[in-house]
Amino acid sequence: MTAGPVLDVEGITKRFGGLTANEDVSFTVNQGEILSIIGPNGAGKSTLFNCITGFYRPDAGKVLFRGKDITTASAHKICKLGIARTFQIVQVISDMTVLENVMTGTFLRTYDRKKVREKAGEILRFAGLYEKRDFLGTNITIADKKRLEVAMALGTEPTLLMLDEAMAGLTPVELREMIGLLRKVRENGVTLVIVEHVMEAVMQLSDRVVVINSGRKIVEGAPADVVRNPEVIQAYLGDRYNAGN
Amino acid sequence: MKKPTVLQAVFYAALLAALLAFPLVVKGTFPTHVMIMVFLFAMMGVAWNILGGYAAMFSFGQAAFFGIGAYTSTILLMNYNVNPWIGLVAGGVLAALMGAAIGIPCSNLRGHYFAIASIAFAEIVRIHFNNWKFVAAAEGLSLPLLPDSLKNFMFHSSKAPYYYIILVFLLLSVLICWYISTNRMGFYLRAIKESHELAKGMGISFVRYRLYAIMISAFLTAMAGTFYAQYILYIDPESVLILPISVQVVLVAMLGGAGTIIGPVIGAAILLPLSEITRVWLGYKGTGVDMMIYGALIMVISAYQPQGVWGYLTSIRRRAK
Repeated sequence: MTAGPVLDVEGITKRFGGLTANEDVSFTVNQGEILSIIGPNGAGKSTLFNCITGFYRPDAGKVLFRGKDITTASAHKICKLGIARTFQIVQVISDMTVLENVMTGTFLRTYDRKKVREKAGEILRFAGLYEKRDFLGTNITIADKKRLEVAMALGTEPTLLMLDEAMAGLTPVELREMIGLLRKVRENGVTLVIVEHVMEAVMQLSDRVVVINSGRKIVEGAPADVVRNPEVIQAYLGDRYNAGN
Repeated sequence: MKKPTVLQAVFYAALLAALLAFPLVVKGTFPTHVMIMVFLFAMMGVAWNILGGYAAMFSFGQAAFFGIGAYTSTILLMNYNVNPWIGLVAGGVLAALMGAAIGIPCSNLRGHYFAIASIAFAEIVRIHFNNWKFVAAAEGLSLPLLPDSLKNFMFHSSKAPYYYIILVFLLLSVLICWYISTNRMGFYLRAIKESHELAKGMGISFVRYRLYAIMISAFLTAMAGTFYAQYILYIDPESVLILPISVQVVLVAMLGGAGTIIGPVIGAAILLPLSEITRVWLGYKGTGVDMMIYGALIMVISAYQPQGVWGYLTSIRRRAK
């Protein structure tokens, strides 16, 4: 948690017709930290995620990555600059082997096929998928697919890794493995932003948490403080449960 | 990706030797002609496969590139006395540029929308050529007869030189396709085929890679077009620019196995003899029986083995392991 901000989100607003999905959302992400973005369903987390990664163009506001304005950059350029992402609905290349999937990511910064293969192999060992390297993408379990997605993203050698619900639907054992993997990723100097519903993971992993509700940021802080915050409880559970507080 | 085993190496060497010996051993022009057509369509199938098989751009407009290749070299030869080999390169470049011109606006189109756009493009080209005085419109062009020589790309006494030339073209196409599929571009095209979102998220500019794919495919297909013009020595819009050529190319690739290097070659080796032989045996009666047999076979293969013949063979091999 040294150095300057890796990511600086300033007043992002995104509308779809009459619906405002994000309104004036601002936060920063520091080098080497794990920041979680949480909020109830439909709060606008994924929209925010897509605005940062260039999949949507915000109607107002700015996104700065290591000081550089990337608000209008296209998605593939943003990846090239060093922001990798995964998808809410897991996406791997189904007719490629696990190794080839990671190679596809690794080709971004390496052209030589042999080196790409070596690097991809290393990443698979790191992610604990090396034994499954020859399986087709379509033939592995959801948990493995989610891990593979992270491995593919790591192949692009990101500075910032953004995960959209990488932990949804995992069993407790798989969840523990995923948390372990993400910790290792962070130890290697990669900054992480995770959009997540699984509170167990959020509590264990995050340095800071940003809470979004109805498109707006309502709270930001340490995980333990955030879950006690009345506004957050209200957002998740409604007024009735908050009344007694 | 895997290194060929000794057995495979021996098999491919024997196959190549047999192909090289074919015109020397087999008598009569018809078998050689059939083989030339096999190689010609195999080459175009391989070129299509780079687009359709790897990048999921299902082009039904390859005839446009084929025709552009045929017309460019022929016009250059007839009007400006340009050597057909230079014409071949010029046709390839022109087709690649045309490919880029339609590729840029169409690279965002997915699946069948790209197919529709490609049909429209090819039909526009055909109709234009049918009415374009400069290229003799619907009358077509007869190539000037030049003495037999490799330099002139013309041989009257034997079909064997054509056989070897198109064999080399085919091998070149296979080599290019192999190179693409094992390197960055092949991986990227397959990622794009899986999902545009996924590709973008992995830093892949799908517009750029789709453009590369269409340009390479167009270049190779135009080469085949020039070959055709030099071989048949007469071209008109109805023989080089029509939709059935595009469809034939798609069938060759799909039935052999789209997205594999060797699939289109196998597809051509099955379909072309069938279509040539049924045409010669039954076609002249004007009953269309040749097309019926042809169509029936296509339906059988698509119904029972949508991954194509090569896909079927690979799945058998996988199961055997």
